[in-house]
Amino acid sequence: MSLLQTGIDALLALGLVWLAWRALACPDLFRGIVLFIAFGLLMALAWVRLEAPDVALAEAAIGAGLTGALLLAALARLHRIAPAGTRADTREAWRNGPALLLVLAGAGLGLAVLSLLPEPAGLQAQVAAELGRSGVSNPVTAVLLNFRGYDTLLEVLVLLLALLAAWSLEAEPPRREAPPGPVLDLLLRLLLPVLVLAAAYLLWAGAHAPGGAFQAGAVLGAAGVLALLAGWRLQPRLTGLPLRLAIAIGPGGFLLVAWALLLAGRPLLEYPPALAGALILLIETLATLSIAATLAVLFQGSRPGAEPPA
Amino acid sequence: MSGAGLYALAGVALVMLGLYGLAVQAHLLRKLLAVNILGSGVFLVLVGLGGPAQAGPDPVPHAMVITGIVVAVSATALGLVLMLKLTTTGGRPTLEDDTPGEDPEA
Repeated sequence: MSLLQTGIDALLALGLVWLAWRALACPDLFRGIVLFIAFGLLMALAWVRLEAPDVALAEAAIGAGLTGALLLAALARLHRIAPAGTRADTREAWRNGPALLLVLAGAGLGLAVLSLLPEPAGLQAQVAAELGRSGVSNPVTAVLLNFRGYDTLLEVLVLLLALLAAWSLEAEPPRREAPPGPVLDLLLRLLLPVLVLAAAYLLWAGAHAPGGAFQAGAVLGAAGVLALLAGWRLQPRLTGLPLRLAIAIGPGGFLLVAWALLLAGRPLLEYPPALAGALILLIETLATLSIAATLAVLFQGSRPGAEPPA
Repeated sequence: MSGAGLYALAGVALVMLGLYGLAVQAHLLRKLLAVNILGSGVFLVLVGLGGPAQAGPDPVPHAMVITGIVVAVSATALGLVLMLKLTTTGGRPTLEDDTPGEDPEA
C-alpha cells in the first residue's frame, strides 16, 4: 500500500462523505438529487478501489443511474401535483440533541469497525474450494446464483412486489405528454442496439468476468427509460399479457427451476454440477428481461396501457 | 490502516449522515435520499471489513451488496410512489399531521 494509493483512498472516502452531506443539506431538491447521482458515481469508483468490479457495475447502473432517474421523475411529478412542495422546508439545520447522540453512536461504530479490521477471516477459501462445481468461474456470480441462490430468488421477488405495490397505489393518472424533439428520438435509434448488445455481453460475461443478470438488466432497463423519455410507448396489444409475462418470467422461471430441482430430490436450488452452468445462464437470462421490464415500468409511473383522460 | 479500512470508516460516517438526515428532514424525498445514503454506508462497511486481504477480496459480501443495491432501488421506487400518493391526498410531501391552521395550497 503506497502513500499515493492511500492518498487516493483518503480523498475518495472524504469526497463520498462530503457529497452525501451536500446532497442532504442543499436547499434545492433538484440540486440535491444531482449531487446524489454524483455520489453514486463516486461510490462506483470506491467499489473499484475495493476490488469489487461487479458491485461497481451494479452501483453505476442501478445506484447512480436508475435511482437518479426515478428520483428526478418523481420530482417532476411532485412539481405538477404540488408546486410548493418542491421547495424543501428544512427544519432548523442543526439540532444539538440528536446530532450529539449520532456523533457518539458514530464514534462507537467507528471503534467497532477498527477493532474488526485486523481479522482477515473471510469466506474466500470456501468459495474458491467449491467454485469448480458451481458452473461458473466468476466467484460473485457463483455466490449470487448458486451458493446463495435463495437470497437472489427472494431479491427478484422483492422487485416484483415493489412493482405490484406501485401499480396498486395508482399515485398518478396517466397524462398526455407533449412529444419530445426529434434529436432524442434519432439518438435513441442509434443507441438502442448498442445498449441491447452491451446488456447481452454483460449477461454472457457474468459467468467468468464482472457482470451478470442485475447489471445487464439495469442497462436494458436504462434503454427502456430512454425510450420512454423519447416518447416511445408500447403498442396497446403489448401492454397486457406480453408485458406482464416479461415482468413475471424472471421470478417465475427461477421458481420453476427451484421446484424442478426439489422434485428431482435435490435440496433447494442445489444444481447438479453438470447442468449448473446452463441452469444459471437460463435463470440469469430470464431475470435480465424481468429486471429491465420492471425498472422501466417503475420509471413510467402509471400502469402502461391505462388510457389518459381525454 | 489499509484502504479498505478507510472506506469502512467512511461508511460509518455515511450511516450517521443518513440517520441524521432521516431524522431532521421533513420532506419525504429528502428522507428517501437519506435512506439511500444510509444504505450505501452499510454496504461500504460490509465490503470494507471484508476488504482485499492476502487471499484476495471476499466475494460473499460483494454478492450481498449487489442484492442490497437492487432491493434499495425497489424500496426507493415504492417510497417515491407512496410519497406522490400522499401528496395527492394530503397536499404536501411531508408526514406532519399536527400542523395547526389550513394548508394554503390545498
